[in-house]
Amino acid sequence: METIKIMGTDDTPTVILDAENDIFEISGRSLPEDVTAFYDPILNWLDEYAGSPNAKTAFNFKLVYFNTASSKLLLDILMKLEQMHEDGKDVVVKWFYPEDDEDMQEAGEEYADIVDVPFEQIGYTLN
Amino acid sequence: MDKKNVRGFLEFVYDFYKSMKAHEITLVYEGEITHQITKAFTSLTESNMAKEEESNSVQKKVFHVMVECLQNISKHADSFGSDDFLFAGRGIFMVSKGEDDYHVTTGNVIENSKIDELSRILDNINQLDKEGLKQLYKTQMREGRLSEKGGAGLGFIDIARKTGRKLEYHFLPIDEETHFFILTSTISRNG
Repeated sequence: METIKIMGTDDTPTVILDAENDIFEISGRSLPEDVTAFYDPILNWLDEYAGSPNAKTAFNFKLVYFNTASSKLLLDILMKLEQMHEDGKDVVVKWFYPEDDEDMQEAGEEYADIVDVPFEQIGYTLN
Repeated sequence: MDKKNVRGFLEFVYDFYKSMKAHEITLVYEGEITHQITKAFTSLTESNMAKEEESNSVQKKVFHVMVECLQNISKHADSFGSDDFLFAGRGIFMVSKGEDDYHVTTGNVIENSKIDELSRILDNINQLDKEGLKQLYKTQMREGRLSEKGGAGLGFIDIARKTGRKLEYHFLPIDEETHFFILTSTISRNG
């Protein structure tokens, strides 16, 4: 499968979707000018990946900021992972948040409430 | 400009300056709100707040509120009439900083026909408590659809959640067809 590697900017996140090396990660800041255009390739990639996923998929979210438009698209990603989980695949979501960022922690909790998929919350310290 | 006009203009500039000072306005803009503008204003405000050693949580809140306010204008400000796009995506945007609070104010023209629905949305948000807002955000995220312009209907809810206050808004009549919609968000500097 093709690998997606997008370097982050000050308004778009770093995205690595690399099935061969077991790396699935979105990190950084997300407030793209056109959220749909940015996230569509990612959602399409996941659709294809769901057809023949790895034995285990650990998907890392390590965001420091996302706007409300992005929040909807992040949910779309999580729903794809939920679907994989419902299809009996081994999937875990790892939600990283800066330890002093309650809002980001709470955002993770809210997503965990909405989607039915194994969900780990992991606080980390910046620097 | 002749002498009289120059004098008038100079006085206007000075009055404008004094008025900005009096209202503690640190940033004001009128025009089209583009993605570039949003990026420029947020990064300018971010670096100012960092310089003044504003707490992380205040900086984040101001950032969130600014982005959502700017995007509201760029996505919703009306281009009423068939070929009058003079007002589309345009509005006034202001940030002011007082002793205790930051204020983010937006103003844009809105068609009268849209006032009822907008008021209904804002009033509904304003009667909810913290838990209610959280539930509404979740519902809206799950069931709401992205509009053509990328609006998810989540911005106002997010502003209410991040500021912990009621949304303060007003409609000022302009003419028979339009009003000026003003929204002021207040972020406490004391966490």
